[in-house]
Amino acid sequence: MLKIKNLHASIEGKEILKGIDLEINPGEVHAIMGPNGSGKSTLSSVIAGREEYEMTDGEIIFENEDLAELDPEERAHKGVFLSFQYPVEIPGVSVTNFMKTAINAHRKANGLEDMPANEMLKLIREKSELLEIDRKFLSRSLNEGFSGGEKKRNEIFQMAMLEPKLSILDETDSGLDIDALKIVSNGVNKLRTENNAVLVITHYQRLLNYIVPDVVHVLIDGKIVKTGGKELAYELEERGYDWIKQEKAV
Amino acid sequence: MELKDKLVSSFLAFDEQYQVDDDVQQIRNQAIKDFETLGFPSRKEEAWKYTSLKSALKHDYSIFPKKEDAIEYTQIKKYLNHDIDTYDLVFIDGIYSSHLSNTTHDKIDVCLMSSALNKDKFKPVIDNYFNKLAPKNGLNALNTAFTKEGAYIHIHKNIMADKPIQIINFSTGNESSLLLQPRNLIVVDENSHVQIIEKHQSLTDHPVLTNSVTEIFADRRAIVDYYKIQNDKETSSLIDNTFIEQKDESNCSVHTFSFGGNLTRNNLNFYQKGERIDSTLKGVTIIEGKQHVDHNTLVHHIYPNCESHQDYKGIFSDKSVGVFNGKVVVEKEAQKTNAYQSNNNILVDDKATINSKPQLEIFADDVRCSHGCTIGQLDEDALFYLQSRGIPRKEARGLLMYAFANNVLESVKIPEIKKRINNLIAEKLGIELGFNL
Repeated sequence: MLKIKNLHASIEGKEILKGIDLEINPGEVHAIMGPNGSGKSTLSSVIAGREEYEMTDGEIIFENEDLAELDPEERAHKGVFLSFQYPVEIPGVSVTNFMKTAINAHRKANGLEDMPANEMLKLIREKSELLEIDRKFLSRSLNEGFSGGEKKRNEIFQMAMLEPKLSILDETDSGLDIDALKIVSNGVNKLRTENNAVLVITHYQRLLNYIVPDVVHVLIDGKIVKTGGKELAYELEERGYDWIKQEKAV
Repeated sequence: MELKDKLVSSFLAFDEQYQVDDDVQQIRNQAIKDFETLGFPSRKEEAWKYTSLKSALKHDYSIFPKKEDAIEYTQIKKYLNHDIDTYDLVFIDGIYSSHLSNTTHDKIDVCLMSSALNKDKFKPVIDNYFNKLAPKNGLNALNTAFTKEGAYIHIHKNIMADKPIQIINFSTGNESSLLLQPRNLIVVDENSHVQIIEKHQSLTDHPVLTNSVTEIFADRRAIVDYYKIQNDKETSSLIDNTFIEQKDESNCSVHTFSFGGNLTRNNLNFYQKGERIDSTLKGVTIIEGKQHVDHNTLVHHIYPNCESHQDYKGIFSDKSVGVFNGKVVVEKEAQKTNAYQSNNNILVDDKATINSKPQLEIFADDVRCSHGCTIGQLDEDALFYLQSRGIPRKEARGLLMYAFANNVLESVKIPEIKKRINNLIAEKLGIELGFNL
């Protein structure tokens, strides 16, 4: 589904990603772990198409298509979804209206008519129940004044609505208490099928207790330095990242 | 001949042609003298520093349109609000069109200035209110001198006007260029309520300059909601002079939506002549090309325990220019005043300009006054967020601008007008919203 080869990326002339190789197949859950400043969020932004980051080398192939030339919205239409670490507050646009606009933009890109209003309402109801979102919440301005937990739950609600092929969850666990964490992970797990994939980007192992990865990668200083199974996450939780840095130095 | 000289020398002919009550005639005679002395404002005056009338004054305007033009309903249909039942005062090239209007004298007077100026029945109101509010300056004097037509609205005590009143000024382009000077008087007695919608619309590309004066008196506990829709052609310029006097516990709001025209200047003054008054001034400006919109506001807090709320938002593209000059005066007696002012702007292109100048003159010590002004571009983080959800960049920009302007619409009390403005904003921003309000 996703093939990243020798990806180099920089921002304002500073190289952050220094040759990343990553392959994700349908049905898989991958986790990328790493210390602060290792390039985790940069990787998610580059895959989603954020313009500030310049891809200096390598390629990102998604469903046999090079993403490098596509705008963020085109990537979204192909099925890439990024759950933001810091969702942006947009006063004046309600969650519902935002979702309608997004859904219909996807449909338009795929040559479909706007979704009929009753169908839209039904979909919104169904997906908001999945994430235990209150009806009142949907008429509030997007992310404005939301708690950290509400913002993250809202991200996964959007994911549920848009049904992407590849979901990138960037530090989705930050700011979540244990109950919200369970609701969010439960939502993600229910949305999993053999045709879609999830890339979890996280600092801590905690989230991976709930969204269990097939593969864990360790990202340090812009490179994937180690790849293993889910047990690698426990090891990192136990021993931190220094041993890997030392191992790499040797 | 300079426009000023032409106007002064035309006055005698005008005065003979449009006879009015002696008292009003005296006011007109004094006004032409004042105009002769004061003339048009120039950029040397502080209040006109960022707005030059030069481009608007360069045409050889006709002052007397030759004949009443019989416009057909079909020509103007699209400019009327069909979805609401309204009283209508329709003027074509400054001349009242009876067949397009819908007036009344049932509990409220919705009729013509020309009849109010001549009939004994209206004389007490005219004597009390006409030309009592507009400060002496060249533009007001010019309008007063050439007073002949406009809206006369009087809502008697304890009456809630049963439907909104629309004042629409059309220009046909029969003249190669036309100067219009509507004069409106609106008197709202104690405990009464009225909603008014005002619009200026040119039907051709011939230059039109409108110098309009509106005086509004809101008595105790009166409620007045005024909506100005300025979405005219790029060949039309508008100088709107609106003055509002409020008495105890009255509540007045003016919303100004400026989406078009060559040059638009809004002089909007509120005078609070009582206690516990609420005044609201809101505006959305969305312009492009070389358009110019200037909001010049004054709120004069004279008595204690009053409030004022100002919120103006602007989105400026291409080489368009915006001006916001908001003055709040709080007199020494006006303790416990709450005065808020905010002016937020988005400059879409590098060559667009906004001149924003808040002025607070506070002589009381126990007051809450705040003002804020922002000038910025669209937030790239927000754009990326919307794009990552599949919303194309152009629509994402539109959605953000829409959201930016949206909270000004929240206080619009006529749902149909809100919807109409909403659609106009979407149209101006070139987006198709995936939803309706």
